Amino acid sequence: MDWVNAVVQGTLLGGLYALFAAGLSLIFGIMRLVNIAHGDLIVLGSYLGLVVVTATGMHPLVALIVAVPVMAVLGYVLQRGILNQTLGDDLLPPLLVTFGLSVIIQNALLEGFTADPQKMNAGAIETASVSVGGLQLGVLPLLTFAIAVGVIAALQWMFYNTALGRAFRAVSDNQEIAQLMGLNRRHVFGLAMGLALAVTAIAGIFLGIRTSFDPAAGAGRLIYGFEAVIIGGLGNLWGTLAGGVILGVSQTLGAKIDPGYQILAGHIAFLVVLAVRPQGLFPRVSG
Amino acid sequence: MPDPLLSLSALDAHYGDFQALYGVDMTLMQGEVLAIIGANGAGKTTLMRSISGLSQNAPNQITYINQPIGALRADQVAGLGIALVPEGRQLFPSLSVEENLLIGERMGRKGPWSLQAVFDLFPILEERRAVASTSLSGGQQQMVAIGRALMANPDLILFDEISLGLAPVIIKSIYDALPGIVGSGMSAMIVEQDISKALSVSDRLYCLQEGRVALEGASQGVSREAISAAYFGVGS
Repeated sequence: MDWVNAVVQGTLLGGLYALFAAGLSLIFGIMRLVNIAHGDLIVLGSYLGLVVVTATGMHPLVALIVAVPVMAVLGYVLQRGILNQTLGDDLLPPLLVTFGLSVIIQNALLEGFTADPQKMNAGAIETASVSVGGLQLGVLPLLTFAIAVGVIAALQWMFYNTALGRAFRAVSDNQEIAQLMGLNRRHVFGLAMGLALAVTAIAGIFLGIRTSFDPAAGAGRLIYGFEAVIIGGLGNLWGTLAGGVILGVSQTLGAKIDPGYQILAGHIAFLVVLAVRPQGLFPRVSG
Repeated sequence: MPDPLLSLSALDAHYGDFQALYGVDMTLMQGEVLAIIGANGAGKTTLMRSISGLSQNAPNQITYINQPIGALRADQVAGLGIALVPEGRQLFPSLSVEENLLIGERMGRKGPWSLQAVFDLFPILEERRAVASTSLSGGQQQMVAIGRALMANPDLILFDEISLGLAPVIIKSIYDALPGIVGSGMSAMIVEQDISKALSVSDRLYCLQEGRVALEGASQGVSREAISAAYFGVGS
């Protein structure tokens, strides 16, 4: 039963990792941009939530209604203002610029909030649990997982059933021809980054409720996000969810063997997938 | 004489570091069908890229309805009512046939072309509307590419090598559909390697040779000798 419990808890943890990874997956899929600052943007989302909660006394989950649109606008401005200029045939400029952005965000947060760990207080929901078939499941992890599934289902639906999703796929396929269809790729990329950072705000707030965070916490989130994307297969959002779950389960199983193995087990699972199936478990079927 | 729909004046254009067009002058009247012929490397595709905004030029080198458009981006040019059927079809592989057509429509310009009108023109596409665009034959893909451009309800449609790589019977069926497209008052520019096809559907022709206009005239009036002289740069 302990092992079953570890698998179930790991699956729920995977929901959080999928939230970390969804924005990363989205922007890589649409514009082939590898965003090194993604982890720091998640942490920025956490701090944004903290500021809203502190200033207004809102519940952290209610603060989402402020944090999500603010991060979305920030994403659009960031893309139109800076990142669009780095996109081209060469993958290196966006890597370098987002790396610089990562350093800037970390130091700005350090300047503004000091290095002290912070945490958002969500009250009773943090410790509440429900009993299912002899397992005690935390309400917060359950909610996180449900939100992750909801976010990915919504993104997937948007991608395949709306004009915006069609525009994303067209620009991703062929930027020049998409321009001929009247799609301004700079604007489409801005919308994609806005959407990615909206998801990032959700990830940041759930992160900030679940654990403490500090300005340097982004790097770890970036790694988990990357690993979930790669395990699941590039450009496949449901694959990203599966990748997050595999990562989460590996970690809780590792911790079951020995608490010191938790992080290591996740990385090993990632390396095994990379070695056996470098294209990921569920790569997007092209063509 | 009324103002032309499109005019090029002293258009210089580059293909990478290579200058592909030298001082090209050209006019297209409302409702006219122009054929652009010329050997490989004569600058035909560069001409299409310049007009459609895929490559930028000085603003006044290209004028459309008395408005300088040489420096506009492709999405802005598309919004003014110029559509390009690109060489090699270039459908969006991750979109279905129907989605490829629908994306052409997003400009929201009014006109006779709709999903149903395109399906009436090419009935095979209605049957195959839900399949991936990559699973179509070359000729069917070309029909989608033409339909996608028509969905924008353009005033001017540019066809770049629409018969390239297709079987003669398919080429014939596509050219048979052309009068139905341009008959509705739409102006067109047709880049074509097959000279007799180009002459049969056009009002006037321009022959490019190494980036310059070597010949222009009414399609029915020019002699074969004049065309081959302009095409190859020999004789006369």
